[in-house]
Amino acid sequence: MPTILSIKNLRKAYEDGFEALKDVSLDIEEGEIIALLGPNGAGKTTLISTVCGITMPTAGSVSVAGHDILQDYRAARSLIGLVPQEIALEPFENVINTVRFSRGLFGKPRKDGVVEDILRRLSLWDKRDNEIRALSGGMKRRVLIAKALAHEPRVLFLDEPTAGVDVELRKDMWEIVDQLRADGVTTVLTTHYIEEAEAIADRVGVISKGEILLVEDKVKLMARMGRKQLDVQLTQPLSEIPKALQAYDLTLGDDGWTLTYSYDTKGERTGITKLLTELAGTGLQLRDVVTRQSSLEDIFVSLVREDEKEAS
Amino acid sequence: MNWSAVRAIYVFEMARFFRTLAQSFISPVLSSSLYFVVFGAAIGSRIDEVEGVGYGAFIVPGLIMLTVMTQSISNASFGIYFPKFIGTIYELLSAPISFLEIVMGYVGAAATKSMFIGIIILITAFFFVDLQIEYPLAMLAFLVLTCVSFALFGFIIGIWAGSFEQLQLIPLLIVTPLVFLGGSFYSISMLPPVWQTISMFNPVVYLISGFRWAFFGVADVPIAVSLLAIGAFTGLCLAAVGWIFKTGWRIRQ
Ligand SMILES: Nc1ncnc2c1ncn2[C@@H]1O[C@H](COP(=O)(O)OP(=O)(O)OP(=O)(O)O)[C@@H](O)[C@H]1O
Ligand SMILES: [Mg+2]
Repeated sequence: MPTILSIKNLRKAYEDGFEALKDVSLDIEEGEIIALLGPNGAGKTTLISTVCGITMPTAGSVSVAGHDILQDYRAARSLIGLVPQEIALEPFENVINTVRFSRGLFGKPRKDGVVEDILRRLSLWDKRDNEIRALSGGMKRRVLIAKALAHEPRVLFLDEPTAGVDVELRKDMWEIVDQLRADGVTTVLTTHYIEEAEAIADRVGVISKGEILLVEDKVKLMARMGRKQLDVQLTQPLSEIPKALQAYDLTLGDDGWTLTYSYDTKGERTGITKLLTELAGTGLQLRDVVTRQSSLEDIFVSLVREDEKEAS
Repeated sequence: MNWSAVRAIYVFEMARFFRTLAQSFISPVLSSSLYFVVFGAAIGSRIDEVEGVGYGAFIVPGLIMLTVMTQSISNASFGIYFPKFIGTIYELLSAPISFLEIVMGYVGAAATKSMFIGIIILITAFFFVDLQIEYPLAMLAFLVLTCVSFALFGFIIGIWAGSFEQLQLIPLLIVTPLVFLGGSFYSISMLPPVWQTISMFNPVVYLISGFRWAFFGVADVPIAVSLLAIGAFTGLCLAAVGWIFKTGWRIRQ
């Protein structure tokens, strides 16, 4: 897949001197969905704002489909759609005019069919004549998405699209992103919800304190970084871990009903066979054995912690 | 040039105006009618003529100018300040448009609105006083130039302002006094000589004088000087806008 967005050594220092981005480089491929994960203040919004033309880069370069965002800003920006983190809409205008405005602003001729299609996809068609201020928060978010899509962009930036949104709407949004991928639209989204990245992204980038710590294929990342857990459920609760098993990294949970063993899937030996043999030796009766894959969340937390440790 | 964007901004801004059409018209029409009653009827009965023009008719150009100037400033400054305030400016900044298109859209819409209001007041005036316009085309040209230049000025204020208080500050402290002391309701020649000299430093005097000339063919200052003054003011505003455009002052961080 060709690269659609190329960020090279991007630096951004705000007026007060604060360096929100330190030498960020990132290539995004056409048609992929990439999720940027990072704690509050990591620089996610700054990164998006700089690419989209809302703030000026301090150093480095960004190009969209080969168009530099500064020299060739008209071509670059007309390929980009942006859904900002904060809801910002003209309260007294109605939905359809607001969306038409966005299309016009991006230099596209009025096409009612396109606007209708977008509004229908976002379940806003019935609300098209409503004033924005009379919409619920979730609907306002949909309007923001509709505005971002109005000029048929090839790259869509979603800055925390599902913050403060109910489960159903979140699922709807994932579906919309999925449909857009089918149309060949590249999506860059930032999120705090790891399950969101897990659910829809092809690649995951972790950003902290203005630096990209890692960008990797989601599946590979989880496999590489993944730890697994083995839960051994017992027929009789234990008050403490038996002496014979104290050499293992075990925790006793569920009021003594479950022994949990953590192991690294990267390791050559997981130690499971030995543990189970010794377990049999203790004479404990097992009711069930379950293994669990650790989530991106665990991976993310450990990455950011490591970064913080290194810094201090 | 992204004309589609200019049109989009213009239409969107005009829609705001038409949503509040009654408000937009009623207040200037009402206040200028009051001026006609108070100044024209009450005071006018004692002043009967200024430079050969009935007092009721004499104040019409000044009254239109007064309204048009303040309306242009408030429309344009609010027009660009509001997106900054509610955050919708993000879309303007991320769109494939230059500052020029933003200025044309917002200033164009603001100037159009105040043109409308100016013409409405003119129509209202015909109900109150006996009025003839000597040079209709010159009158229209003056009106357009004033609307555009003051809308440009308002746009700059809107970009500069960091709060609603600041948005009101310059119109309140500078523009309103200059406009009131600019000869809207009197001829400069009616003042004592010292005040006549001081008035010559008030740029608004030149605009009102020129506009009045288009109505009655009489003026406080030569028409060429009036034209020069409004040309200089427009040029100054354009230069300021150009500078903002270059530096991204108060828009892009
Ligand atoms: N206009 C600004 N002036 C100065 N500093 C800023 C400005 N905007 C953001 N920052 C700082 O830059 C850093 C990154 O902010 P940014 O909004 O990009 O974070 P984020 O990753 O989007 O966080 P969140 O998850 O909370 O949205 C923060 O420390 C923030 O305080
Ligand atoms: Mg953010």
